Amino acid sequence: MSKKLSQQIAFWIFRILGVFVVGILLWILGFIIYNGIGVISFEFIFDAPRDGMLKGGIFPAIVGTFCLIVGSMIVAFPLGVMSAIYTNEYVRDGKISKFIRMMTNNLGSIPSIIFGLFGMALFVNTMSWGDSILAGSFTLGLLALPLVIRTTEEALRTVPDSLRVGSYALGASKLQTIRYVTLPAAFPNIVTGLILSVGRVSGETAPILFTVAAYFLPKLPSSVFDQVMALPYHLYVISTSGTNLEAARPMAYGTALVLITLVLIINFSASLIRKHFSKKLGGH
Amino acid sequence: MNIVETKDVNFYYGDFHALKGVSLDVVKNSVTAFIGPSGCGKSTFLRLLNRMNDLIPDMKLTGKCLINGKDIYDKRVDVDELRKKVGMVFQKPNPFPKTIFENIAYGLRVNGIKDKEFIRNRVEESLKGAALWEEVKDKLSRSAYDLSGGQQQRLCIARALAVKPDILLMDEPASALDPISTSKIEELIFTLKAEYTIVIVTHNMQQAARVSDSTGFFMLGELIEFSETRKMFLNPSKEQTQNYITGRFG
Ligand SMILES: Nc1ncnc2c1ncn2[C@@H]1O[C@H](COP(=O)(O)OP(=O)(O)OP(=O)(O)O)[C@@H](O)[C@H]1O
Ligand SMILES: [Mg+2]
Repeated sequence: MSKKLSQQIAFWIFRILGVFVVGILLWILGFIIYNGIGVISFEFIFDAPRDGMLKGGIFPAIVGTFCLIVGSMIVAFPLGVMSAIYTNEYVRDGKISKFIRMMTNNLGSIPSIIFGLFGMALFVNTMSWGDSILAGSFTLGLLALPLVIRTTEEALRTVPDSLRVGSYALGASKLQTIRYVTLPAAFPNIVTGLILSVGRVSGETAPILFTVAAYFLPKLPSSVFDQVMALPYHLYVISTSGTNLEAARPMAYGTALVLITLVLIINFSASLIRKHFSKKLGGH
Repeated sequence: MNIVETKDVNFYYGDFHALKGVSLDVVKNSVTAFIGPSGCGKSTFLRLLNRMNDLIPDMKLTGKCLINGKDIYDKRVDVDELRKKVGMVFQKPNPFPKTIFENIAYGLRVNGIKDKEFIRNRVEESLKGAALWEEVKDKLSRSAYDLSGGQQQRLCIARALAVKPDILLMDEPASALDPISTSKIEELIFTLKAEYTIVIVTHNMQQAARVSDSTGFFMLGELIEFSETRKMFLNPSKEQTQNYITGRFG
């Protein structure tokens, strides 16, 4: 077989596989949109559910998921970024950083239901926060932590050493260098990574199951110690445990559509933020 | 007067013996050039003088290294303070991803200077000192990455000047630049000599001959010859130097 022919065959295989992947993605999206778009209305977005969750909307679940996104960001951001700074800037390639990295990877491969159990044991019971936004945010934040650490480390690694060295050469201390050179230069990528990680966990059901999620709670939360409804759990509930599953189907697809849209908006805003900052920094 | 004095300096990267018994003195307000084949230890020697080699794990140093008569490797020496006194310009321009103004002000800010008026004056003074002021005075708030490579390198020189060092170390500062930018930097070195002591590494023999007062020739970690530049190029005392200068190896 000629070199040219085999190259062409390989090229076509890659192309078909590529189209296949994109196709699956579009199919899922199309399926959800097709089935869900019918129930989307002002009432669906801004009203509480009623009549056995067959009528009304999903506003409390949207608010709940939003609270959990913000809450888990607040938990994961300082912890994750500081830990990444420590391994990447302070200990660099030592044994300690290898160990921490290994533990982080292990943490990242623990099934999310285990995080849910752990969150229930620690935050709900031991800390006696009860089923609450606080407990849910910490559980989701912990779940997001390995991702945040990894993306922050990657962001820090894209900062060339020549900048750090240039800073030291002016008499700046290590801390000053991190604070005024490394972090600002890595900031767009750090924020992007953070948002993507949190977007990733915001669709999780298992971690919030025992820590915050309410089965049915039309009232909006008034403090971090309140329970909330959340989109992924609501989706689970109306697809599995209603009295009339058939009738609840459209509501389920509508909820799925809202959840997907929310995650897409988060991802999209992450790339906007990155663009905005890298323009400001001169596009390096 | 000698501002830098090194006596029998040996430097090791792990087991690798990178500098072998180097002793040399640098006269205040002079330009000293280091030449030699790639990998002979020029940069290593330069980085000893502002303790940049401290960042390398597994390094070892023996011998004495004095600046202004003080041992810079003494335990009591504050490395950050030393680096303010001994500035450095690198081979590749490395401006920070900040505005032109902030690049220059950085060295002042990290040294706790807050007085806005003072900072503004020093930024202007440094940019003038680096012969860049006329080109950038109207765009100080633009990103430093908007400058050309040659301008970026002069920005890095200005950034180093802003903290008023005694000594300026330059590691092949013009090797990534076009001929016009190179000659600008050479002129600059000439004028900076009045106020600063300059130590420069270069692969360009003509450049060493043009800008420096003394020249040191390194080979395989040893300082083969160190003398007045004129003498070095017209009448070197070692055969190895002669061979290198006339291009028989290296
Ligand atoms: N960080 C390091 N770790 C280990 N060895 C190093 C390190 N830096 C330099 N070396 C070695 O030390 C020797 C001297 O290196 P140095 O950079 O000082 O040479 P140089 O004269 O500046 O060369 P060039 O002209 O190519 O810049 C080289 O053999 C190099 O491989
Ligand atoms: Mg070098």
